[in-house]
Amino acid sequence: MRRFLNYHRDLIALTAVLLVVLLVMLLLNPERFLTPNNLRSMAFQLPEIGILTLAMMIAMLHGGINLAVVGTANLTAIIAALAIHAMAPKMGGEWLAVALGLGAGFAASLLVGLLSGILVGFVGVSSILTTLGTMTLVNGVCIVITGGSTISRLPESVLFVGNGVFFGIPVPLIIFLLCGAGLSLVLSRTVFGFHLYMLGTNSEATRYAGINNARTLLGVYLLSSFFASIAGIIMMARFNSAKADYGQSYLLVTVLAAVLGGTSASGGYGKVIGVMFAVVMLQMLASGLNLLGVDPFFAIAMWGAILLLVMTLSHFVRRRV
Amino acid sequence: MALLIVALGIGFTLANPKFATIGNLLDLIKSYSFFGILSVGVLVVLLSGGIDISFTAIAQVAEYASVALILQFGGNLWTAFLVACCIGIVLGAVNGLLIHFIRIPPIITTIGTLNLYYGALYVLSAGQIIYRVPDFYRTLSGATLPGNFPVLGVFWICAVILTACILKYSVLGRSIYALGGSEIAAIRVGFNILKTRLFVYSFMGFVAGFAAVVHTALVQSVIPNSIVGRELDVIAAVVLGGANIMGGSGSLLGTCLGVALLAMLGNGLTMIGMSSYWNNVMIGLVILVGVTMSAIQRNLQVRRRVANLTAQ
Repeated sequence: MRRFLNYHRDLIALTAVLLVVLLVMLLLNPERFLTPNNLRSMAFQLPEIGILTLAMMIAMLHGGINLAVVGTANLTAIIAALAIHAMAPKMGGEWLAVALGLGAGFAASLLVGLLSGILVGFVGVSSILTTLGTMTLVNGVCIVITGGSTISRLPESVLFVGNGVFFGIPVPLIIFLLCGAGLSLVLSRTVFGFHLYMLGTNSEATRYAGINNARTLLGVYLLSSFFASIAGIIMMARFNSAKADYGQSYLLVTVLAAVLGGTSASGGYGKVIGVMFAVVMLQMLASGLNLLGVDPFFAIAMWGAILLLVMTLSHFVRRRV
Repeated sequence: MALLIVALGIGFTLANPKFATIGNLLDLIKSYSFFGILSVGVLVVLLSGGIDISFTAIAQVAEYASVALILQFGGNLWTAFLVACCIGIVLGAVNGLLIHFIRIPPIITTIGTLNLYYGALYVLSAGQIIYRVPDFYRTLSGATLPGNFPVLGVFWICAVILTACILKYSVLGRSIYALGGSEIAAIRVGFNILKTRLFVYSFMGFVAGFAAVVHTALVQSVIPNSIVGRELDVIAAVVLGGANIMGGSGSLLGTCLGVALLAMLGNGLTMIGMSSYWNNVMIGLVILVGVTMSAIQRNLQVRRRVANLTAQ
């Protein structure tokens, strides 16, 4: 029992904070917080930022950061939307056009991941600089191909991804849960996941142990881009449009959520379940404050304060142990 | 780096002779003075092995608060500088203390404080835009030295010289390089790490406050979200200028060249008639090529050193 407590200390602390947030929201606003309406709107808003956070977390596990996640998501959405628009009239079936369009979007984002991965893994550029470059480049490409305008009016079959309900559960939430479960499996049950944690803990040691660091890093950025593009597709479906500057404010929030969820900024530590808890907490906070009619910027200030608070608490807890 | 800038300059001038005119260059210096001043502060933080994301929020708070206070109680340019810089120093010191005592990684700390400062500013100001700034900002913006050199550019030069003096000729400056090179070594040698770190982040805050006044003069209004969001651009300029993001090395000359490169790209592309949509693509490519080249150079150096050792 003691070992269990020790092992899951971060998760327990996070659950406690989560419950406190929930309680406060319930006390402040009992008649509106726990209504089906609010729960549903939270379930629709949470997945896109949640999946982006997973994408960020993968890069943080190796001790890096992927600043290009939001740009990659937008690139996927824009390429997919353009491709669907271009192909839908020519092809008989709408489904074929949608499938090819989504494929094109994913391919574009994997190219970005490939570029980042090669630079970080094989050339040895630091990850923050590489992704600063790819972020700027990808944003630029998005602006050039759209001319800064919004691409809207997508076919019904795509919108289902963002707005549909399956057995009473919103489709984006199902996708988020699947992504979380999938990533969790990859990290804990595959050789790649093991290498990644070890690489984040001590990259010299893994090199001497004969692990191909470069290949692991390439995998990290491909996987990170893959998750970013899933988030991009959901965003596209939910807004029924794609644009170069959607979700720009999400970038730092994803770092915040990953760190709140127990991911170490210097690499090596972090669990998917913690990150998912943190995302739920941030969403409850944002929705709760929103229901209270509080300025959304107050929520931004609160996020900053909570991040600093959690880090401070965990510092003192760690020092006592 | 300098070669690249010269080549770009010649290229742009050939394409559009108006590029190399004194008027255009002076305009560039003026409009990039805000960016340039911030980059000096960022360089100091990077040298110490840290990073600061929150400086744009600090500048935003300093800008809003100083203009609002002066509109309320009256004041002149010096009060503006005094208020903005003091606010900057205090907010920067908070970063420094958190990083030192709580041992939160600098990037996480400053992401937290960025959200905190910016959110708090928006809540307190209710997001209101100040359209009418005091007249002395207008005077400052138009002011020139003999030879049409903009005064705002002089502020940039002052910031560079001040920082150069601190970095080169003070113990504090040397301790910043030492801390960035290796924290443990710096402690062993006997540098006061707390003092150094507190200075570095307070200095960043001070510079942000200073830059805030310049920004007000440049845009002639105070919009609470006009600065936040550009933090990564400034960091990119400093890194392009050769500063090592892991700390310990980097130069002021390089930083100024980095800013110059971005400024020329932005302005030059427009002048040769390329749509401004291409700006980010070009800057992204320049960053990627720049960091790749310096990484390859470093790899070659390491390999040569290893080869020398084995030869011995």
